Amino acid sequence: MIKTFPWGGTHPPENKITAGSKIIYPPLPSSVSIPLSQHAGIPAVPVVAKGDKVLTGQLIAKAGGFISANIHSSVSGVVTKIDKITDSSGYKQEAVIIEVSGDEWIDTVDRDPGIKREILLSGDEILSKCLESGIVGLGGAAFPTNVKLKVPPGKKCELLIINGVECEPYLTSDHRMMLEKGEEIIIGILIMMKALNVKKGMIGIENNKPDAIEHLSNLCKSIGEITVHPLKVKYPQGGEKQLIKALINREVPSGGLPVDVGVVVQNISTAFAVYEAVQKNKPLIDRVVTITGKTLATPSNYMVRFGTSVQELIDVSGGLPGNTGKIINGGPMMGKAVITTSVPVVKATSGVIVLSTEESLRRPVTSCIRCGKCVTGCALKLEPYLLMELSRKDLFERAEAERITDCCECGSCSFICPASRPLLDYIRLGKSQVLRNKRERILQKNKAS
Amino acid sequence: MSNILNISPAPHVFAKDTTRSLMLDVIIALSPALIASVYFFGYGAIIVTLTSVVSCLIFEYLIQKYILKGPVSITDGSAVVTGLLLAFNLPSNLPVFIIIIGSLVSIGIAKMTFGGLGNNPFNPALVGRVFLLISFPVQMTSWPVPSGFNTGYSDAVTGATPLALVKEGLKNGESVSSLMDQVPTHMQMFYGHMGGSMGEVAAAALILGLIYMLIRKTITWHIPFAVLGSIAAFTAILWLINPEKNADPAFHLLTGGVMLGAIFMATDYVTSPMSFKGMIIFGIGIGVLTVIIRVFGAYPEGVSFAILIMNAFVPLMNKYIKPKRYGEEVTNG
Repeated sequence: MIKTFPWGGTHPPENKITAGSKIIYPPLPSSVSIPLSQHAGIPAVPVVAKGDKVLTGQLIAKAGGFISANIHSSVSGVVTKIDKITDSSGYKQEAVIIEVSGDEWIDTVDRDPGIKREILLSGDEILSKCLESGIVGLGGAAFPTNVKLKVPPGKKCELLIINGVECEPYLTSDHRMMLEKGEEIIIGILIMMKALNVKKGMIGIENNKPDAIEHLSNLCKSIGEITVHPLKVKYPQGGEKQLIKALINREVPSGGLPVDVGVVVQNISTAFAVYEAVQKNKPLIDRVVTITGKTLATPSNYMVRFGTSVQELIDVSGGLPGNTGKIINGGPMMGKAVITTSVPVVKATSGVIVLSTEESLRRPVTSCIRCGKCVTGCALKLEPYLLMELSRKDLFERAEAERITDCCECGSCSFICPASRPLLDYIRLGKSQVLRNKRERILQKNKAS
Repeated sequence: MSNILNISPAPHVFAKDTTRSLMLDVIIALSPALIASVYFFGYGAIIVTLTSVVSCLIFEYLIQKYILKGPVSITDGSAVVTGLLLAFNLPSNLPVFIIIIGSLVSIGIAKMTFGGLGNNPFNPALVGRVFLLISFPVQMTSWPVPSGFNTGYSDAVTGATPLALVKEGLKNGESVSSLMDQVPTHMQMFYGHMGGSMGEVAAAALILGLIYMLIRKTITWHIPFAVLGSIAAFTAILWLINPEKNADPAFHLLTGGVMLGAIFMATDYVTSPMSFKGMIIFGIGIGVLTVIIRVFGAYPEGVSFAILIMNAFVPLMNKYIKPKRYGEEVTNG
């Protein structure tokens, strides 16, 4: 029996238009804007100033705290300014803007295309290499990898799960990575297993990517510790909690982390980034981004240097179609609609999707017919219709009791609703208010004691 | 940058199903039974259906437009479904004015007073039917004998339903085996060759509709199977205890409104629970109540009452029967 998570989930149309297109290395842009906050946690602190000359791979901002990440220049050139730019969430944030001249790399990076198999570093050295190279989870949350690979005291990790699910429609970056960088990814997984000191690795791949399943299975044949597991296509299987449930039938406790059930989950592209950092000494400066959309002339997968603007990528893919209504940074289920094409590609950008005006409009909201599709579609077994009503009526205490903070915002409820009700919009609102209330309670408790 | 981009929170894609497409699916699923009832009851079935559907649409329009003075949403298909289901629950020789009163009760009282689609606690078609059953008991229980287009409408030859026949017979001390000779065979009942409400007789056609809705994922299996399963189990127990006093489970499943109720009435989105667990308990409740009313109650048929009674419990069930959350009870290892 082919595995999947047992309840909930939806089947959005896959639209994997670019599954067959090889990774292209596009021409370097004339300038890049590299944001200082491309990761979960505190923004990085710049270590370069206006007028400095930088090389590709050079450190330009240092991690600003424990949960933060180093940022390196993705190009060589001159820092023209450190200024506020619009990021993909629509907020203004600090970025280092570099005018590109040539592509001169720092000399510590091993740019030899050959694959280096032997893992020489120790577990601790691997962690510090990840920290040094600015590696973060490339699946979307961009959590610093060195923190995630360090098992907290008192917890035990016995399994590394690699997320090759790519359940978001349209996106194919992880798929192409598995096909074209399979061997490097396997070495990256072995490196992470060494850092975690675990003997077992599992790769979960949805079976709409049979070529990737076959390729990685062949590569893993000689390595006993890593196994490849085909999974039945179902959204949101790429969510950590769903993937763990699907593969080993364990449930992460509410408010807990995967390590509470002895698991660490990492993404396919992260495994590749770890390989490059540890074996090639290359900091994280680029990633594969899927540029796609039904109206785009040449949708493709590109290896993009961070800081490249979305506009630049759309230009090399045939230009912005005339009837474009929305541009999404990320997948269509969880990605963010950008307000301008000048936003830069960052570490967490897995794709850019261009939607036509017709595709971009929401349908009119009608009455809830209580069909229960949101309840039976919720992969966390919450009751979205109820959470929406509670948020709408400011009943945040009840929403908290109904575990609104467990919502992973996968969007299945809003997707499936036949009345087009803005379920997730209200749940997000309620969730943020509940989290605010929780923080305040902790503050007051601390003050009292 | 000449384009103005639309901004909205995720998700950015949506499933194709809308309220209207779901209602259309229900209408398609009802069509085999509609064809069957025209086949069995002729013009009467057409007159009853048209009157019911048209008057439901008109009442919804009038109420939304002139009383609520709000948007008119008769195109969402829910009034058509209510009209069809009401018609299915009526004898095919019912006078037009009674059907119109039924539609007014269904739409006006059961649906619109509570705020329209999505807010009504009770199944509108059943409220209409039960209202008529209590108000016009004679007309509502004179069932035309099925003879195709020869059935006629106001001049139809009427007879008792198998359920009423058996109930009456058992009360007079007759045995089930002798009563079974007076009613159609199980096979005839499966195809629908018996007296009854126009849409409830043809089990085969109703099951076709069920299969369609399951394939289209309009409904899930939980409610219909819970209703049918619990009726079969309950009546099987009674039958095994005393086969001369209690009819067999197949007889109970194929007669009266069981199929129509389990497949189309109990699965009404608005008046059934939201979670799978709730749906199963709801279905079992309907099944058990139906058998209790049929076997021990005054009426020969109890599906309508059973569904309406269970409808009343739905808000409670939604409040207390919750899905077990992911990670709520961790039994790892």
